[in-house]
Amino acid sequence: MTDEKRNTLIYSVIGFILMIAFFFPFFIVLINSAKDSFTITQDPLSLPTDMGQLFENIKIIVQHDGIKYFSSFFNSLLITTLSLITIGISSAMAAWVLVRTKSKLSYIIFLFFLSGMVIPFQVVMLPLVSLLEILREITTIPFKDTYWGVILAYIGFGAPLSVFLFHGFIKSIPTDIEEAAIIDGCSKSQVFFRVVLPILKPIFVTMLVLNGMWIWNDYLLPSLVIGIGGDVQTLPLAVANLAGTYVKQWDLILTSVLMAALPVIILFLFAQKHIIKGMTSGAIK
Amino acid sequence: MDDNKVRIILIRLWRILVTIPIVVIYIPIVGLINLVWYRLLRRPNKVVWTISPDTSSLTLAYLRDHWVGDSNTAQNNKVFLGFVFPALGAFILMVIIPFIMGIYYSFTDWTGLNNDNLQMVWFDHYRTLLTDVKFFYSFSRTVIYSILNIVFINLVAFGLALLVTQKIKLRNLYRAGFFMPNLIGGLVLGYIWQFIFNRAIVAFGGIFAKSLLVDGNSALFALIIVVTWQYAGYIMMIYIAAIQNIPQDLIEASKIDGASAMQRLQTITFPLVAQAFTVAMFLTLVTSFKQFDTVVSLSDAGPAMLLPQWIADIYGIRIAPAVDSLNFIAVDIYKEAFSNYNMALGQAKAIIFFIILLVISLVQVNYNKKREVEL
Repeated sequence: MTDEKRNTLIYSVIGFILMIAFFFPFFIVLINSAKDSFTITQDPLSLPTDMGQLFENIKIIVQHDGIKYFSSFFNSLLITTLSLITIGISSAMAAWVLVRTKSKLSYIIFLFFLSGMVIPFQVVMLPLVSLLEILREITTIPFKDTYWGVILAYIGFGAPLSVFLFHGFIKSIPTDIEEAAIIDGCSKSQVFFRVVLPILKPIFVTMLVLNGMWIWNDYLLPSLVIGIGGDVQTLPLAVANLAGTYVKQWDLILTSVLMAALPVIILFLFAQKHIIKGMTSGAIK
Repeated sequence: MDDNKVRIILIRLWRILVTIPIVVIYIPIVGLINLVWYRLLRRPNKVVWTISPDTSSLTLAYLRDHWVGDSNTAQNNKVFLGFVFPALGAFILMVIIPFIMGIYYSFTDWTGLNNDNLQMVWFDHYRTLLTDVKFFYSFSRTVIYSILNIVFINLVAFGLALLVTQKIKLRNLYRAGFFMPNLIGGLVLGYIWQFIFNRAIVAFGGIFAKSLLVDGNSALFALIIVVTWQYAGYIMMIYIAAIQNIPQDLIEASKIDGASAMQRLQTITFPLVAQAFTVAMFLTLVTSFKQFDTVVSLSDAGPAMLLPQWIADIYGIRIAPAVDSLNFIAVDIYKEAFSNYNMALGQAKAIIFFIILLVISLVQVNYNKKREVEL
């Protein structure tokens, strides 16, 4: 018994040390966000003398032209939310129909979706930029430098995985409920929106987390479709813009980094279970 | 709108339209590959595993077991197409069409500006890349980095998983804490660590006085430290799932038989977690291969270094040229296109990159012994 106690103590100590090691980067960012530029270069390791500087830095970042914090944050939020809603509903619709119709065509379309999971973004990024240009010439709708192009791209890139997830989940749902709904006089679309969609809630959350994390943090796609330093910016783009313009202005960069990371961290604190489960599960039943 | 402009637009429309039959050809080819690979070469065991955005092979594993042989006619075709269209339309428009265009562009002299009079050069770019020592360097660098990554990340992740599955206080807090870094975007992390390597650690003085990001080879290790810190918590979750899956009575039995903790690890934990290692390994491999934004923000593809002598020897080069230390394939594609403006060459690199990833996926499916893992 004493052996076990001793082991537990050792593990606890190791865990504690590792935890401190893991949090060291965050700690460094925190203490240095509360310093001015000169102090950072002098001693980056010392604790900040007055916390008033932190609010001073935050104020600078909020008002800064290079980052436009609030508008970037709002843009990120808008792009992520709209993309997630559209990816979720359109993929769920597609997956449901693909599961419930047993035909060659539906199988081929499903296979087609899945083949998209093998395609990495790097392969389509150059033609995508030129395709958006061509689309703008044909339709006169500006796909570049706006939300719409980015959101459309995210739907396209998010669809394969989401369809796959929903497909696996819907297969495990018995058809009885839907048949009952049809007998009660629902049309096909009513069956989906009133009966199936509520059942999909658990897998929907998984899908939201998986795609949400990726879309919120994505840098490459928006940098190509929106471009850096324009009017519309997402948070990663804004940070990249600031860091590219004010090299070595570490007080600015670190504060902006802190504020860019903060929303996700706060979200994580509140929805920890869902996020961990969503990101690591997705097992096909 | 003059006639010329109309003509150009028509030509482009035509180009897009031409791709559609290729799309139609593409589907049966994928189907055929799957048919041959999974029907004829299939193994009798089953896989059900977790997926993440980076694993495509599961898809293939799934297909192996769900080949639809019989078919009924689709009823309610209107509803069917209406429901499939939103997702499928965006997918075809944003992924498949650019993909096909990309294959086409890699055979032309595309510079990004000459869309109206593209000349076919067929395999010239690919031939160039075969003899391009810098591209080979990027590729080998990516491979070395991936292997090191697999080793480090899995070691750390497995250690963390073992620790967190012990009966210690605050273990849920630890679990969440270790998991946290991968929620923050790679780009942002790169800036944080650039500051830490170049300013914070250097301030300790002594052996730390020289930043890791100054030298080409140490920069690779700096990146591995960053990426391990970032992903270990995520991979840890896979190991936790595997460890928690170990039947409790096995452990009890071994305790009664008087096995030490070390023996238990060797005889029970390792063999049963081997499956999880395979999954984690491929996940790490694919993630490492796609490494992009952390590298860019950490040190802009790394400090310049001389091309390693062994590569220079292969290509018979006397004086080794300077290369970027962290110029991995994904970064290389980007730089080729947007720094050197060789769009078509960058696209050819991208196609090769795609083929490598495809091979990895296929290998993975075949390698995975099937076993159900519940999270």
